[in-house]
Amino acid sequence: MGDHDHKPGFFTRWFMSTNHKDIGTLYIIFAIIAGVIGGLFSFIMRLELQEPGVQYILDSAGNPDGNLWNVFITAHGLIMVFFVVMPGLIGGFGNWFVPLMIGAPDMAFPRLNNISFWLLVPSFLLLVLSALIGAEVFDSDYMKHIEENGIHLGDFFGPGAGTGWTVYPPLSSTLGHPGMAVDMAIFSLHLAGASSILGAANFITTIFNMRAPGMTLHKMPLFVWSILVTAFLLVLAVPVLGGAITMLLTDRNFGTHFFNPEGGGDPILFQHLFWFFGHPEVYIIILPAFGVISQIVSTFSQRPVFGYLGMAYAMVSIGFVGFVVWAHHMYTVGMDVDTRAYFTAATLIIAVPTGVKIFSWIATMWGGSIRFATPMLWAIGFIFLFTLGGVTGVVLANGSVSPLFHDTYYVVAHFHYTLSLGAVFALFAGFYYWCGKMFGRQYPEWMGQIHFWITFIGVNLIFFPQHFLGLQGMPRRYIDYPDAYEGWNAVSSYGAYLTGLGTLWFIFVVLYTMTRGKKPSGNYWDVPPQSFTLEWSLPSPPPFHQFDIQPKVK
Amino acid sequence: MAENIEYTTTGKPHPYHLVRPSIWPLIGSIAGGILATGAIMYMHDVTLFADTEKGVDGVKVGLNGVFAGLVAVLLVMFFWWKDVLFEAVTEKAHTPIAMIGMRYGMALFIASEVMFFVAFFWAYFNAAFFPTDAIGFIWPPANIHTIEAFDLPFLMTMILLLSGCTVTWAHHAILDGKNDQAIKALGITVLLGAMFLSFQAYEYMHAHFAFTDGVYASTFYMATGFHGFHVLVGTIFLFVCWLRTIKGHFTPEQHFGFEAAAWYWHFVDVVWLFLFAAVYWWGGQELAMDLRPE
Repeated sequence: MGDHDHKPGFFTRWFMSTNHKDIGTLYIIFAIIAGVIGGLFSFIMRLELQEPGVQYILDSAGNPDGNLWNVFITAHGLIMVFFVVMPGLIGGFGNWFVPLMIGAPDMAFPRLNNISFWLLVPSFLLLVLSALIGAEVFDSDYMKHIEENGIHLGDFFGPGAGTGWTVYPPLSSTLGHPGMAVDMAIFSLHLAGASSILGAANFITTIFNMRAPGMTLHKMPLFVWSILVTAFLLVLAVPVLGGAITMLLTDRNFGTHFFNPEGGGDPILFQHLFWFFGHPEVYIIILPAFGVISQIVSTFSQRPVFGYLGMAYAMVSIGFVGFVVWAHHMYTVGMDVDTRAYFTAATLIIAVPTGVKIFSWIATMWGGSIRFATPMLWAIGFIFLFTLGGVTGVVLANGSVSPLFHDTYYVVAHFHYTLSLGAVFALFAGFYYWCGKMFGRQYPEWMGQIHFWITFIGVNLIFFPQHFLGLQGMPRRYIDYPDAYEGWNAVSSYGAYLTGLGTLWFIFVVLYTMTRGKKPSGNYWDVPPQSFTLEWSLPSPPPFHQFDIQPKVK
Repeated sequence: MAENIEYTTTGKPHPYHLVRPSIWPLIGSIAGGILATGAIMYMHDVTLFADTEKGVDGVKVGLNGVFAGLVAVLLVMFFWWKDVLFEAVTEKAHTPIAMIGMRYGMALFIASEVMFFVAFFWAYFNAAFFPTDAIGFIWPPANIHTIEAFDLPFLMTMILLLSGCTVTWAHHAILDGKNDQAIKALGITVLLGAMFLSFQAYEYMHAHFAFTDGVYASTFYMATGFHGFHVLVGTIFLFVCWLRTIKGHFTPEQHFGFEAAAWYWHFVDVVWLFLFAAVYWWGGQELAMDLRPE
């Protein structure tokens, strides 16, 4: 390994990689591809909902197909959570920048790192195939079918898994889904779960064991802190999902009665198990975003992060409390009033460390010499929109109010403000912040800013009206709605078209940057000493192996 | 961040172990995909290449897909760990700090395994604390003839506890450089593990309820079955360590492979204690089935 920048051949480099930067790049490419597919699902959903009546989601005979609609919402949710945001923020940025920021030459277990990535591929294939298998289009008589019925969207999809990403029984048991699609989705989650657990153990070991001398935990950049907390949540939460879906699998195929009341089982048990995983999961998604935003706000305000220790321990406490609030997703199942009171109180407590973070970002900017470069625009957008999603979260936390909003578009608006306008904004923020560092090509500033403004306006048009729809009582996961909801649904769909345009623009920006972008210097943002992290001490892109000679932090 | 990060250089090469590129992760994930696909085809009784019009019966997949996936996974494990042993024993690449990393890794793996069992214990207690009308509002359900805790299960508890002692004996022997004793102690541990598994197989064959007999049977077989699977994995792990002891791989200073196996074994042991206390003892009938032959 003496040769400094000797890269292996193509196959060895990309398919047998033990290099954290190459694996990080693979994750980012994967997340972009999955993001386009997951985005297409939602685009078609908005197309359908633009007007009342069923226009596009039709089965192969041309009739409205509610199950196909459910398959779409399920695919959209699972893809965005497990194959876009997690691979992008944790796999992509985590792999790239955790070792760089702590002064390490690579991850602790480089081979394990690679299998964490590659497991996602069969996992993703299983999920996508679950929607396609049994489709009319694969039939040998398909041409005849077209002549008789014409072409419908339903031709291209099989019965699919229309369970929602929560996979609740009895809808997900053989009663609701007799085919093999749900089993494919379950195994998809098994593989993705194994990938997450292995990756998380790798991150924790790397962070605890491979920091350069002098890089104490309390000097660690906040992005590294965020990945550390996230990894602990993954190690402790994902196996519970694994257990739950394993029991669902045996209920479906081997005659057990875990969730089947006929044999003394309990469908609510699945909801408890799912949300014991699911609630930490939403923090798994957002904590790395917090980390990215902290780096960017500090760099572009040219000030150290306000209240560094408070910021770090706010994430730790969000992680802790995140494990004891799960049943706030289940206020309507008939829980005891004391239980609901407890989960309301515990959930509201999370607003405190979250508030610490929001106010500290604002305090970091306060009096700073702010540069409104593209990453900073995304970061400020994140702070504004995540706060909005957080505030509606406080509303929904209340066990007395939530049953009114349960399964309405108010909830959809809430979690898209935290995820779609939170985590995804952080993905873009991180991409523009680090793309010069990762790929040695800098995007043209005006192109990034146009992308930001199109997306910012677009996603707000999509999701802000959904608050109104939810407050008026429009239920989520429905293919159609009464005429009264038409106006805001139309606005929401126009927003989706604008966002789709923004995504096309983003793909163009990426392609332009990768081929014609300017070659940046090592510290191309002129990150000042008070915001400095070690990746800026290296050239852009960094050598194949960095820190062969170990650095030391003063 | 907290303060300004100012850096300089230690002037020394880093002390970590970077591994060469490897094909096993890629093959391993393909194997995982085959295993999952095979399981789906088995569960849904898939027949490939059938054509009713031409009268072609096609190939019934059955368990073949699962078998292929399993063999592939096992092969990848074998060759991957072979590489690890080569790096450890021949290349001496496992530096002291790399071994600390492996400790973290193993501890975190066990932590995730604990959470996996939490799901099954949760299911068990959910069913046991709130028995529904379908099982007569009592636990254990009225129609279930449970297994007497202080019969075979108690003996199995003693076997596992004893194996915990023998594995510690092996550890001390390795630390003292007494390889002969370590071989003996580890061999006994492996035999005790195999004995436990045989008793569990006997118990399963003689139990008066099947996997499909309602929520008691579901939780019982799922929790004890996954535990049994972990005993099997732990026994194989210890068996490999036994072979490695015979080959003289372990020194008083460097024997993390053994320690990882021992940690895993203790974890499996503790899970059993909870199973014994909660499922067999607390959750059993007072006069439960006697498994001894007449």
